[in-house]
Amino acid sequence: MTPQEPILSFRIFSLRRRGRVRGLPGHAGLRLFAYLLTALVLVPLVAVIVIAMGSSEGVWPHLVSTVLPRSVRITLLLMAGVAVLSSTMGVVSAWLVTHFAFPGRRILEVALVLPFAMPLYIVAFAYIEFLDFTGPLQSAIRAIGGYTSVREYWSPDVHNLPGAALIMSSVLYPYVYMTTRLLFLMQSVTALQVAQTLGCSRFSSFFRIAVPLARPAIAIGVTLCLMETLNDIGAVDFLGIRTLTFSVYDTWLNRGSLAGAAQIATVMVGFVVLLIVAERAARGRQRYQVARAERGGQFRMELNGWRAAGAAFLCAVPPLLGMGIPAFVLIGYALRRLPAFAEPELLAAAWHSVTVAAATGTITVIAGLVLAYCARLAAGRLEHVALKVALIGYAVPGTVLALGILMPLARLDNAVDAFMRSTFDLPTGLLITGSAAAIVYACSVRFLAVAQGTVEAGLAKITSHLDMAARTLGRTAQQTLIDVHLPLMKKALGAAFLLVFVDSLKELSATLLLRPFNYDTLATLVYSRASRAAYGDAAVPALLIVLVGLIPVIMLLRSAAPPLPQQRGELP
Amino acid sequence: MHVPFRRNRALRAFLLAGALGALSLPPAAAQEAGEVNIYSYRQPELIAPITEAFEKQTGIKVNTVFLSKGLEERIQAEGANSPADVIMTVDIGRLQRAEDVGITQQVEDEALQDAIPQQYRDPDGNWFGLTTRSRVVFASKDRVEQDEITYEELADPKWKGRICIRSGQHDYNIGLIASMIAHHGEEATEEWLRGLKNNLARRPDGNDRAQAKAIFSGECDLAIGNTYYVGVMATNEKEPEQKQWAEAIKVLFPNNADRGAHVNISGMAMAKNAPHPQNALKFMQFAASEEAQALYAEKNFEYPVKEGVPASDLVGSWGEINPDELPLSKIAEYRKTASELVDKVGFDEGPSS
Repeated sequence: MTPQEPILSFRIFSLRRRGRVRGLPGHAGLRLFAYLLTALVLVPLVAVIVIAMGSSEGVWPHLVSTVLPRSVRITLLLMAGVAVLSSTMGVVSAWLVTHFAFPGRRILEVALVLPFAMPLYIVAFAYIEFLDFTGPLQSAIRAIGGYTSVREYWSPDVHNLPGAALIMSSVLYPYVYMTTRLLFLMQSVTALQVAQTLGCSRFSSFFRIAVPLARPAIAIGVTLCLMETLNDIGAVDFLGIRTLTFSVYDTWLNRGSLAGAAQIATVMVGFVVLLIVAERAARGRQRYQVARAERGGQFRMELNGWRAAGAAFLCAVPPLLGMGIPAFVLIGYALRRLPAFAEPELLAAAWHSVTVAAATGTITVIAGLVLAYCARLAAGRLEHVALKVALIGYAVPGTVLALGILMPLARLDNAVDAFMRSTFDLPTGLLITGSAAAIVYACSVRFLAVAQGTVEAGLAKITSHLDMAARTLGRTAQQTLIDVHLPLMKKALGAAFLLVFVDSLKELSATLLLRPFNYDTLATLVYSRASRAAYGDAAVPALLIVLVGLIPVIMLLRSAAPPLPQQRGELP
Repeated sequence: MHVPFRRNRALRAFLLAGALGALSLPPAAAQEAGEVNIYSYRQPELIAPITEAFEKQTGIKVNTVFLSKGLEERIQAEGANSPADVIMTVDIGRLQRAEDVGITQQVEDEALQDAIPQQYRDPDGNWFGLTTRSRVVFASKDRVEQDEITYEELADPKWKGRICIRSGQHDYNIGLIASMIAHHGEEATEEWLRGLKNNLARRPDGNDRAQAKAIFSGECDLAIGNTYYVGVMATNEKEPEQKQWAEAIKVLFPNNADRGAHVNISGMAMAKNAPHPQNALKFMQFAASEEAQALYAEKNFEYPVKEGVPASDLVGSWGEINPDELPLSKIAEYRKTASELVDKVGFDEGPSS
């Protein structure tokens, strides 16, 4: 067992080539399976492009002259804000918990991951309630100052770009924190010790050594944050930020041009691809090699006094913003409705959420494993391209992706029905469309990127000598995967499963569009209640999403903790 | 290779749950007889009273799925095998769009025609209105003296910095702006919209309830909203403080003295490929009946379309409404222009100064 598996490093465009076994004969069946998977991921994306090729009914002149200049600027500013804030929160806190010892460090190390369980739209709504005139903050200001009208005093407002960037970052930074923390844990202490010998303080070694070395991990985390920012509609709608995604929905619903909307969405995806390529190009041909860390705790510098307090404070702020305040608001509402937690409707929705999330987790882990393993074996480029395709689904606005799933699926169902009718006189109706299977499909396409990155990183950790040894002993590619790799990758697979599980639990827009009759998930319950302004009632399912999501998030962190000394040294 | 891995069992349980979940996924659509399937843009809680009453009266089981964006596209994609029988939605724009994309069918039924006044249904029977709701002005009881107002007046500089409204791109505002275009033409409406924008107290955001709340907080003196939000606040027993918000405002029906207040409808349509057309018709007839109209309007604080069915007491307490007689088809027609104007004047950017 390698001492530290990079469980959470989404290996999206990492440059590591160490674990690749070029030229070993692959397994035809396995390869076929990989191609099939890639095709399944591509179907909805192609469908979106097909929709985009329809007539835009003359929406573009209007878009170009009035909408796009504004919304592109706002989107770029928002993304820049989120990139700066989420990487600052994620990297600083990861640095502090890995390199220093201070009171509360162990608790904060876990707490920093918790906002990952919070759906963005719920946090945005909770903030509005919290900072509102009737919320606790303004009520306190009024009580202290004796004011009666909001015009008499100042209070923070989040209905603006900085506010939106801060709120979104405080929920999204765990992506950066998780990837970077692991990298810091693995970073060679020796490098830092050398730096100190050369007169570099701990503080300046952060900027000069640790951060530059952690760049791939930071880039991956920030990219995921930005893709979430780009495809979000719930939070920006609540906060009144008119991003490109907002224009996608306007164009479709108010100006009646789905094709025009799909065209904007396609351009947005192109945007993301550019972003990824740009980051890669900037990194050039640098190679990042991670040396094994010595026992983690030993190099943590003890902090005392105000320094310790400062570190604890810096680590406490992000989870407080991303989790503490929103949870406070939700609990406030939920406490008035305790009997609602036992409603059969809610329990059924919770069961649906958990089953959809678990099914999605299982499917994406298997798919991610097959794709990553085929790429490991492949000599050609095709498999590696296939590996990257999976990413795109993550950047497409949820409802647009859902339409891309709905249309081909319904067509397939109708074709099957026509065939069965004409051949066997046996109408089958819609088999997949409007069933929970369609939801699982949508979530799988969306979150495959997350599972695959994690699985790929785990696989890359396994030395290729093991493959060769197994193959020399007569195992096929498939047997090697099952007998050798799977047991070594338990942790990475588990982590991938848990990440996708939490993400699927929060998923709203595809679920809302694709679900069958009388079928609610926790997320759709939240939406339907919030959309008729019954926020209090929405708080109960919202809190349940958070509670259900917390369990895997905590498991995730514990499984990604640095292993104990006796676990080490069993394999080279 | 033995790795002490305590979480292993829990993980295995998760994976098992996943497999079981995949197996227990429900079938595509319930299609047995004695059922009616509703695709609803209205929240389940709002239509539950009438679906439950219908089930009790007829023994026909009602299946519902609440959809938001993409309801029309879903039925379109499902095509001939779509399980949808009845579409329930709000806003004339959506009803008209359902008809335009060809997912409705014409229903010719005397009971429906008798129950629903002509101006609230499609002449060919593609859709039928169920309730009307008015886009009114909420005014602060303390800070606004006048008890009458017009939409046109909202652009008057005397309201500078005093008006709150939700996003101009929201269906409800698009409907209102479309009605202004129908009455005054595109140019005059653009000017009006600019005036209104400059009178705003803050950038448009939140929903109608948030605007009403902003009157309570003193942030604005006038707000534009749909009538029923006041009802929701005034009857909130779980958060009784919301009753105070409702008490801070008075409802002004704009243009009561001339053309009347802008109204929009919520309505229903029979899906083109309805698998249970008989049951669908029964449901639609029931929804237009006196009993269901009263129930529906009571729950939603809207006005029943059927004549002679009174609005709820609370809604009645806001005063008499004089609805604008402008044909709804006009509002549907000008929606796109309205949406473009909102972008053009940068309405959602809020007041410029």
